[in-house]
Amino acid sequence: MKNISIGQYYSANSPIHRLDARTKVLLAILYIVVSVLCKNVFAFALLLISGIFTVLLSRIPLRIILRSLKPIIIIMLFTVFINLFMTSGDRLLFEWKFIKIYVEGIYNAVFMAVRIVILIVGASLFLTYTTTPIKLTDAIERLLWPLKKIHVPVHEFAMMMTIALRFIPTLSDETDKIMSAQKARGAGFDNGGLIKRAKALIPVLIPLFVSSFRHADELATAMECRCYHGGNGRTKMTVTHMRFSDWFAMLLMVALGTAIVFINIYGKGYSM
Amino acid sequence: MGEPFIRVENLEFSYDDEENPIPALRNVSVDIASGEYVAVIGRNGSGKSTFAKLLNLILEPTGGHIYINGKDIADENMTDEDVFAIRRDIGMVFQNPDNQLVATIVEDDVAFGPENLGIPSAEIRKRVDEALATVGMSEFAKHEPARLSGGQKQRVAIAGIVAMLPKCIIFDESTAMLDPVGRANVVDMMEKLNREQGITVITITHYMNEAVRADRVIVFNDGEIVADGKPAEVYANSELIQRAGLDLPQCASLVEGLKAYGISVDGDCTTPEKCADAILRAIGGSRGK
Repeated sequence: MKNISIGQYYSANSPIHRLDARTKVLLAILYIVVSVLCKNVFAFALLLISGIFTVLLSRIPLRIILRSLKPIIIIMLFTVFINLFMTSGDRLLFEWKFIKIYVEGIYNAVFMAVRIVILIVGASLFLTYTTTPIKLTDAIERLLWPLKKIHVPVHEFAMMMTIALRFIPTLSDETDKIMSAQKARGAGFDNGGLIKRAKALIPVLIPLFVSSFRHADELATAMECRCYHGGNGRTKMTVTHMRFSDWFAMLLMVALGTAIVFINIYGKGYSM
Repeated sequence: MGEPFIRVENLEFSYDDEENPIPALRNVSVDIASGEYVAVIGRNGSGKSTFAKLLNLILEPTGGHIYINGKDIADENMTDEDVFAIRRDIGMVFQNPDNQLVATIVEDDVAFGPENLGIPSAEIRKRVDEALATVGMSEFAKHEPARLSGGQKQRVAIAGIVAMLPKCIIFDESTAMLDPVGRANVVDMMEKLNREQGITVITITHYMNEAVRADRVIVFNDGEIVADGKPAEVYANSELIQRAGLDLPQCASLVEGLKAYGISVDGDCTTPEKCADAILRAIGGSRGK
């Protein structure tokens, strides 16, 4: 349990890894917008090419990227089939009893598949694969800083995230210990049906809850001792700055978006 | 020297319990000078930990006064800034290292205190590097606390306090959860901080062998101070130590045992070497090679 890895961060030294975390949050959002904007074959082709380019640039092995797609395969297949069978158009391709497949349906199905793949790969590439959770938290805190003006507790949320991340290994160690202790008293976690197994977890969860309250209490005292008093008047040891590469990356993304809008307007062929 | 660093006068404290408050400290008065290395000992429930928590206002006294550098911190007119100033000057290291570390990377955690104080970034960087060097954890600066041993985590926690440049550090049973190696490390660290940086060290412990390394031992029993003096003096009074529900350090109990056989050993018996010399003197031998 010691080696539990938080998130899917893949350590490497690529141009994308080196970008400021704030840039990557913005890039992920922009990329999602761009992929939703696509309307025709050429736009989707460009989107796909940009996706492949980003993957190559991140130096993350393909098999790891494919792993992130596993959980959404069902949703993807479902979307593809719905689009394939439910789209009606002018060019009928195949008909059998009540099933009708149009050329437009095939287009739509492929478009949706590309869009979903790019959505997931793009977001996880910029956010979870190339950015550590803690940097991500920091970035979100700094991006949302203006919201402090309307009394949104931005710093507090970020602090809670940080502490949660910090305590994942501690609590997982503790879960291990409690489970061993309960096993030593004859508790079984591996047999019986679903309900029996869920019930067997109660004697683990209750001590875990109690001890996490104790952790919280002691941590709060220790934080007070270290003069913690919220985000006001707090400084940071490391302050990252936006560099040329950050602005350049965002410019590229905006250029991609603009190109796709133009292609949507002037591109020939089927448009969804 | 004038005003001592910490002056405690008739300190009282009771834990809240609607009907009948439970008294934890009764009429405690003690002075601690700047630069002292003090061990506070006592059995469970003797009030020693409560005493420590009162010194930096984690708890508020229900009676009496605590003066830090001449300023009464039990005063109700303390502002938040005053409280932060006290906590900056008097740092505290707790028992469970896991419950003190806030960040997911060692150096970020050490920076937590200075960041709270609003110190400029470059200065924090410098302090963090120095503090990690002081506790000998520089090579672990980029590690995750979860992958460190208990003793290493505790040293990171100490670095987190040292980076705030305190005048005094209170160790509240900081060695209780550590393995023997980690414990020895942390005790060495206390001594080093006291001797080399002149930081006042107050260590709350129930390990007698740790307490003998301090300059001064204060014994708590039932919320009162029952003994206060040099370790050798305090441990010479074996009857009092046992009455306070404590065990004698091994050397002192050896001397005590010898007494039963009619061999009376005088002098300082706080370390095995000194004890061996004292026993030799008592039985009229000389120490060989």
